[in-house]
Amino acid sequence: MAGDSTKPVVILIEDEIQIRRFVRMALEAEGCVVHESDTIKRGLIEAATRHPDIIVLDLGLPDGEGVDFIHDIRNWSEIPILILSARTEEKEKVRALDAGADDYLTKPFGVAELIARIRAHLRRRTSGKNENQGVIEFGSVRIDWQKRIVERNGKILHLTPIEYRLLTYMASNPDCVLTQKQILKSVWGPSHSEDVHYVRIYMGRLRKKIEDLPSQPKHIMTESSVGYRFIL
Amino acid sequence: MTNQRPDPDELLELVQRKEKKASRGKLKLFFGASAGVGKTYAMLAAARQMRSQGVDVVVGVIETHGRKETEAMTEGQEILPLKEIPYRDRILKEFDLDAALARKPEIILVDELAHSNVAGSRHPKRWQDVEELLASGIDVCSTVNVQHLETLNDVVSGITGINVWETIPDRVFEEADEVVLVDLPPDELLQRLKEGKVYLPQQAERAIQNFFRKGNLIALRELALRRTADRVDEEMQQYRRDSSVLPVWKARESILACISSGVGSEKIVRSAARLAGLLDAPWHVIYIETPELQSLPESKRHQTLKILKQAQDMGAETASLSGSDAALIAVQYARQHNLVILMAGRDHLRSWRPWRRTFVEKVGALASDLDVILISRESSNRHGLIQQVLQSQVDRMENDWQNYAWAALACAVTTLISAPLNTVFELSNIVMLFLLTVVFVALKLGRGPAVLASFLSVAAFDFFYVPPRFSFAVSDVQYLMTFFIMLAVGLITGQLTAGLKYQAKIAQSRENRFRALYEMSRDLSGALVPEQIAEISGRFIESQFGAKASIILSEPVVLSDMEDKLKSPIAATTKPPVIDISIAQWAFDHEEPAGNGTDTLPGSPVLYLPLKAPMRVRGIFAFEPSDSENLMTPEQRRLLDTFARLIAIALERIHYVEIAQSTIVTMESERLRNSLLSAISHDLRTPLSILVGLADSMAMTKPPLDSQQLEIASAMRMEAMRMTALVNNLLDMARLQAGKVKLNQQWSFIDEVVETSLREEKAMLEDYKVMVNLEENLPLLKIDSVLMERVFCNLLENAAKYTPKGSEIKITAADGGTVVNVYVEDNGPGLPQGREEEIFKKFERGEKESATPGVGLGLAICRAIIEAHGGTIRAENKSTGGARFILSLTKGTPPEIEPEMDVAGLEK
Repeated sequence: MAGDSTKPVVILIEDEIQIRRFVRMALEAEGCVVHESDTIKRGLIEAATRHPDIIVLDLGLPDGEGVDFIHDIRNWSEIPILILSARTEEKEKVRALDAGADDYLTKPFGVAELIARIRAHLRRRTSGKNENQGVIEFGSVRIDWQKRIVERNGKILHLTPIEYRLLTYMASNPDCVLTQKQILKSVWGPSHSEDVHYVRIYMGRLRKKIEDLPSQPKHIMTESSVGYRFIL
Repeated sequence: MTNQRPDPDELLELVQRKEKKASRGKLKLFFGASAGVGKTYAMLAAARQMRSQGVDVVVGVIETHGRKETEAMTEGQEILPLKEIPYRDRILKEFDLDAALARKPEIILVDELAHSNVAGSRHPKRWQDVEELLASGIDVCSTVNVQHLETLNDVVSGITGINVWETIPDRVFEEADEVVLVDLPPDELLQRLKEGKVYLPQQAERAIQNFFRKGNLIALRELALRRTADRVDEEMQQYRRDSSVLPVWKARESILACISSGVGSEKIVRSAARLAGLLDAPWHVIYIETPELQSLPESKRHQTLKILKQAQDMGAETASLSGSDAALIAVQYARQHNLVILMAGRDHLRSWRPWRRTFVEKVGALASDLDVILISRESSNRHGLIQQVLQSQVDRMENDWQNYAWAALACAVTTLISAPLNTVFELSNIVMLFLLTVVFVALKLGRGPAVLASFLSVAAFDFFYVPPRFSFAVSDVQYLMTFFIMLAVGLITGQLTAGLKYQAKIAQSRENRFRALYEMSRDLSGALVPEQIAEISGRFIESQFGAKASIILSEPVVLSDMEDKLKSPIAATTKPPVIDISIAQWAFDHEEPAGNGTDTLPGSPVLYLPLKAPMRVRGIFAFEPSDSENLMTPEQRRLLDTFARLIAIALERIHYVEIAQSTIVTMESERLRNSLLSAISHDLRTPLSILVGLADSMAMTKPPLDSQQLEIASAMRMEAMRMTALVNNLLDMARLQAGKVKLNQQWSFIDEVVETSLREEKAMLEDYKVMVNLEENLPLLKIDSVLMERVFCNLLENAAKYTPKGSEIKITAADGGTVVNVYVEDNGPGLPQGREEEIFKKFERGEKESATPGVGLGLAICRAIIEAHGGTIRAENKSTGGARFILSLTKGTPPEIEPEMDVAGLEK
């Protein structure tokens, strides 16, 4: 890996050789270093030794549960994990996301989409986590963390405390799919873990306040029966 | 009966715990929701007070955080100097455990229990120092914040977003002898913070400011309060457990009511029930059948049985016992069942036999520790009872006249046989012969004939053998003595023999009964179908009663239990009884026996017993005694009841076996179907994913492809995507077709479904004008958003497929009263006239052989999904041209949401 130290390192865990092939091609064209693995076991070894910047993980692997792999990784690393899953695996997806995965793509997926997602996560990683101490701007909205102020088009936007917590929580995890459970736990606390409708209702209110076209949102995107994704 | 005694292991644990605690010091914790609530202050104040009372209190370590009020409190207290520990190039101060152990005060104050010690200290954590202090017998006061509890750590960091590294195991908190909650309302705490009374270290100021938000403080306070409440609750239970040790071996009040045959018994049972209710105690009712009572007529015994049954219905445990000494049996029963109160009817002393002690007196003599409660029998019962006894004796007399004739005959025969022996044997041996006869008579013919035989024997002996012979006159007065003793021996032996025989008979029949029951229950436990149960019970009925029987099952469980109907009877015995189904239905509906020998339609020759199982009545057991005139004895009736109960339980077991089996089959087939579908879906989708990916990669290769090649690549991709859509539809259809679609329904907004499906179909809709107009404030709907998304995707795909590019596609949603209506419409050519309904059928397309690709599954899927949600979907042509699909989804009652307190001042 001599001389590759500046290139982002991607670990691709997928048992289907053809998928590995085109994903690798695309990522290498993007200037990434790709390490492949067809089992969870190898994947763990790769993850521990290659200092990856992102892991792309297929959920249906022959030698184990993707969820266990995520738990293992999350024990020692915060590195972004992107999941590839089939459409019928809703529950699996949610479990993986709850376990700590950051994002998912449903097969069949477009290469352009994959690249865009990976770029977003790499950017998030390099831009650092202390961003949320300052100011975040998206669309016509500006969040000032320090002053605890949200402005839209330069005017102060009145948010209730929960709306504020919800917005800041989403905005501090951009591009990540946040499951309903995660959102409930972070914004409402653990005692509300069953009240999924709270998330929907508050998400609807928040959209009306920050989206230009709430029915076709640009920032708070719904992920059917999984959760939400915030896009800056 | 519930077991009221403490578990021995629990007691042992308690003893050990107390022993351990006695030598240990006591730990008192000052517990607070967050820093700054005044724990240290409270602890110091307590120390001050103790000191003023002369207790040897020493301050081990105090973290004042520069708070002046707190510092002031330390004045005048003995403070242990801190130990200086060199750490790198600095000197750090730490609590001096050794000094504290050496000083050995009564009580030591050690602040901040969760503190981590400087490397190089004896223990890594301060709570471990405290453990050592406690072990050496020193009482410790310390302080803890709620976030320091290990199990709450995650919760706290979830709420506040700040990780707490210093924790104590919950065990330490739980084992603390005393916990004092130091509470301060969040507003006051914030006030104190503002006023600078709570000091914040500079470097962590921002983090701490985040921490000290009102929402956080409220949550933390709630946690602390709850945790303390839990502890108090536990202490309460602990106290109860501990204090239950004293009366441990004292049995709980429990009642034994003894009833005899006939009147007054009902009153005893009622009183016992009332008392048991008052004491909340278990109670037993027993009926002791003494030989005396055994001679009562059957109807009386029936009545007793009925009272016992009533008692059982009222919640008593009942038993029918037999023996000659009622008091002894009652006492034994009380001992066996640990019953401490005995209730019985008050008997009057029999003036004609003053030497006899009453039942109660005998009980008193046998067990002086039993409490006895006497219940007065209702008036004039004694008289009645005696009359009954006499009456029954008369009855027997009439019935058994043959037996008396036999007894007389036996005496005559004995006289004849002994006549020739007179010359050979002494008279005393002849007497023996007569006595032997009396014993035989008693054995074979019962008590009355034995009495007769005794008298006859004496008379015959006197007449035929005692000189002067053939006269009742007696020459030697000695013989009078002989007569008297002979008569006495004869009577006594007769009585004893008859009694013994009766007991033996009872014992044997009881054994038979038990064996039969045992065998039947063993056989029933192996039965798998109702027919087997019928056959087994038939065998039993024939051997025990020689009667005819049938089992009538109720229909298999229908949801409405009210409508249960009986099925046709299954013959148990070879010759089934003739069943009157209306009586059976009555017995089934009322859950009471009917027919022969009951209060309901006693004229029927057949007895209908409901088969009561724990869950519900399983059917009817029809029983026709061999001799329908002859009423059953209580034993037989009881046997029959037990037996019906066994059948019922067996039927219920079979019922549940069937349910379990069918559940397993359903589950198994469901699992199979799901795994099959997901395998197919995986196998079909993987190559499609690869195709899409490879086509994409081709388009992105460098150097770039020329336009023609690019077109080919994108066409490949599009076809692969279309194939995917098709596979999705086929699989969806297969899944929906399989019957039970499990909807993953959640309360969701239709807006979100529209949003995701538009995103999904973005590529397809690129060239169309899409307009979305969803009414504001639509309610939450209980839908499976993934499936609902399929509906909209299919409708949008359809619209795109059948309208020319550039057409308008409009999605509208409006509240329609009890439903929410969603319209998906276009301004294309519209639907084929008159086929608006048919297009929803499977493999049905608007135009046959059209160039537009598709197999006609999309709308069928839409309908299946919508109908699974309990909604409707239909299609129509707009008057202005174009097609319109109308979905109606029923509104439910969405869960309530707590209104949020919009705390002003967020922007501050």
